[in-house]
Amino acid sequence: MTSTEQRSGTVAGGVGESPTRPDGVVKVRGEFAYSSDLWREDMLWGATLRTPHPYARIRSIDISEALKLPGVKAVLTHEDVPGENIYGLEHPDQPVLAAEVVRYQGEPVAIVAADHPETARRAAARIDIDYEVLEPVVDSEAAMAPDATVLHPDHGSNVVRHVPIQHGDPDSATADVVVTGEYEVGMQDQAFLGPESGLAVPAEDGGIDLYVATQWLHVDQKQVAVALGMPVDKIRLHLAGVGGAFGAREDLSMQVHACMLAQYTGKPVKIVYGREESFFGHVHRHPARLRYEHGATKDGKLVYVKTRMVLDGGAYASTTAAVAGNAATLGVGPYVVPNVRIDCYGVYTNNPPCGAMRGFGAVQACFGYESQMDKLAAALGMDPVELRVRNAIDEGAVMPTGQVVDSPAPAARLLELVRDRPLPAERAAEADLRDLPGGVSNTTHGEGVRRGVGYAIGIKNVGFSEGFDDYSTARVRLLAVDGEPLVSVHTAAAEVGQGLVTLQAQIARTELGVAQVSVEQADTSVGSAGSSSASRQSYVTGGAVREACRQVRDAVLDLAAQRLDVARAGLELSGGKIASAEHGVLVELGELLGSTSIERIVEWRHRPTHPLDPVTGQGNAHVQYALAAHRAVVDVDVDLGLIKVVELACAQDVGKAINPDAVLGQIHGGTAQGLGLAIMEEIQVSGGVVRNPSFTDYLIPTILDMPPMAVDVLELADPHAPYGLRGVGEPPTISSTPAVVAAIRAATGRALTRIPVRPEHITSTD
Amino acid sequence: MRVNVTVNGKQRTADDVWPGESLLYVLRERLGLAGSKNACEQGECGSCTVYLDGVPACSCLVAAGQAEGGDVRTVEGLADGDRLDSVQQSFLDTGAVQCGFCTPGLLVAAHDLIERNPAPSDPQIREALAGNLCRCTGYEKIMDAVRLAVERKQATT
Ligand code: FES
Ligand code: FES
Repeated sequence: MTSTEQRSGTVAGGVGESPTRPDGVVKVRGEFAYSSDLWREDMLWGATLRTPHPYARIRSIDISEALKLPGVKAVLTHEDVPGENIYGLEHPDQPVLAAEVVRYQGEPVAIVAADHPETARRAAARIDIDYEVLEPVVDSEAAMAPDATVLHPDHGSNVVRHVPIQHGDPDSATADVVVTGEYEVGMQDQAFLGPESGLAVPAEDGGIDLYVATQWLHVDQKQVAVALGMPVDKIRLHLAGVGGAFGAREDLSMQVHACMLAQYTGKPVKIVYGREESFFGHVHRHPARLRYEHGATKDGKLVYVKTRMVLDGGAYASTTAAVAGNAATLGVGPYVVPNVRIDCYGVYTNNPPCGAMRGFGAVQACFGYESQMDKLAAALGMDPVELRVRNAIDEGAVMPTGQVVDSPAPAARLLELVRDRPLPAERAAEADLRDLPGGVSNTTHGEGVRRGVGYAIGIKNVGFSEGFDDYSTARVRLLAVDGEPLVSVHTAAAEVGQGLVTLQAQIARTELGVAQVSVEQADTSVGSAGSSSASRQSYVTGGAVREACRQVRDAVLDLAAQRLDVARAGLELSGGKIASAEHGVLVELGELLGSTSIERIVEWRHRPTHPLDPVTGQGNAHVQYALAAHRAVVDVDVDLGLIKVVELACAQDVGKAINPDAVLGQIHGGTAQGLGLAIMEEIQVSGGVVRNPSFTDYLIPTILDMPPMAVDVLELADPHAPYGLRGVGEPPTISSTPAVVAAIRAATGRALTRIPVRPEHITSTD
Repeated sequence: MRVNVTVNGKQRTADDVWPGESLLYVLRERLGLAGSKNACEQGECGSCTVYLDGVPACSCLVAAGQAEGGDVRTVEGLADGDRLDSVQQSFLDTGAVQCGFCTPGLLVAAHDLIERNPAPSDPQIREALAGNLCRCTGYEKIMDAVRLAVERKQATT
């Protein structure tokens, strides 16, 4: 064992434990400063004017009435964007403020700063815009037609990306049993609770400090700098408290607007979206249309899968290209399929822009392939779990991209774990109303209620794929304060609720054997950590922190060898002491350090991934796969179409649970979002117009909707990953949706090809 | 207008309040008590829950003027100095806090439940917290937290 592989452990709160979150006390006291809580004595409030039209040409903008309102300090339009009026995560195609055309309802056209938020809103309402309303493109299939209006003429067509995958010989493959199906996924919203918000503060050097809730400080910083026409180092971002993210904070919202207003007025400017504005202020999950054909032998071995997927990306590209890449490469699920053809399209329309949401393309595909697996099982007269197990991938399997799964992939075992759990008790004859579909609305006392059980498994890639340079930076400093060793960990990684702050401290404790660890506020004064998305931060920022700690430890042992004049080999750092097998404890770490501090900054990368071949879709695109399986038990009132989910069981392989409690929290929360997509959550868009931008009309699961959960966590180490860990956050969101729908199908006998399932789909009163 | 309220035991006054401002706005923006959260301003999420005259209320739905002379207790008023209330401690200990945006409202609602009902059943806990949305936890650990707070309270009384 080399010294870099030694553990310095034996302090409490290290890797594998579940210490309390360092931000927990302030959070329960109500003292944690979220981005919407920031306040400065002389600050102004910003507001945004958004277009009501999905597609229109702007003829003129008249701001004069807005300027007349007392208290108004600035009214800015596209003419006032100091730098380039364009931004975007992958393809810059979105204006900071619309100039000639608006392409979706809610697109920002003008911004206002005033001394009271209500004044700012009223001033925005006084801005007069003359629009020539155009016919919007609102159907994703129609958007691909040769005669469709091209929404971004520079791009040439409305297809943002087409991902083809060809594996084996799908054209000549024949099967004993063939099932086909068409499926549809509605538009889901991340619906984090803490709305988009932040505070931009003009600095003395002419730059701006922006305090904001985001998922990736550095990608925001870069886009803001371009839009403001300023050097990147003049735009300093600081992570303010984040009230959940789930993908919705990957794209910019108010960042550039607040900075423009702050720069113009010379005052701090705060922007906080209300809930309605939040529905327009961020991208959503792509609605999808999926067509699948599965062929199998009569004993249930998959022979081929052919699929065509169309994802509606809405008005701007955002991450549509990457979402399409995921949907395609994960398009047949965690199954061995010798012959595959996939065509996945991400398209522009005049619907709300879609981009990242937990599960990122894998969610849509999973609803398609898991619905098909149930249909195939029925056609074969086979048990649906048995069919899945028979085709399940394992380590060594070849994916449709040709990529070999090179770490544990216990798909069969996860399915068996949820299947073999005892089922929840039958519904009592005199069931509590609260346990019945319809609840205290008192719609049934059990008559017409049928129980169903359904299963599903899903697969997700962890980290950024297809050759993206995916890295994180960690700065770790070891020093002594009053003779006691202290570690400071500084990264730009966004804590969005998932518990990354806890995990960074755990890693430092394990690696350096020091109890006191302080995780510094994330900001852009340290290098990029990449995004808090794609289930990647434990892996990538975790990897960076671990490596920086190990370099610090090596430096400490070098220092000890030199100061104590002993051989370097055999020295260990453990429990705050330097020791060796030969001499026992040599010196306390605090004493050795004295006034010396040791700092290392590390940029850490996972092993490289590769682009897909643009014609065949072959390539080692992903760094790691992650799996979760669910069993859902539901009671359905088949007369009214009301659903009560009775229990959800989940099994997931996490490689290594760095923080077991946080892992469970991710599984519970992810499962709840999947339940939401199955039975209640949809942004309803008609003619490009959102019909339900509020928590009154867009429903997310409450504590009454969520059943008790039973969870099995497997820890089969991935030898390529730090501590063997596997990304955790997304897989539980993916399989819970199809499991719930399968259970409803089992209870009702309905085909249910669209999610969310609505009462009329069950009662056929549609 | 001027609004006088007792907040967490202290007499407070806010001046220049617009008639359209809510109690939540006054607490957050005029009295510097940002603990109560605004996640919908429509009475749907419960993040803004405070005690108003001893009864939990969505402070986003209470016009500031309506609270005149009232007695308000917010999340900031649950702890006794450095000592957390047992509901707060239980949320911490069970991992019921992720992003924490729902936490202040849930704490007030759970605190009220346990005050009213020292031995709530699971369905009673769910019913009492049904007005508080949480997007992160799936509520499983929130249930654990409330059960733990109940147990602890029973152990000390
Ligand atoms: S902010 Fe008051 S209920 Fe949502
Ligand atoms: S912890 Fe994030 S909303 Fe509840």
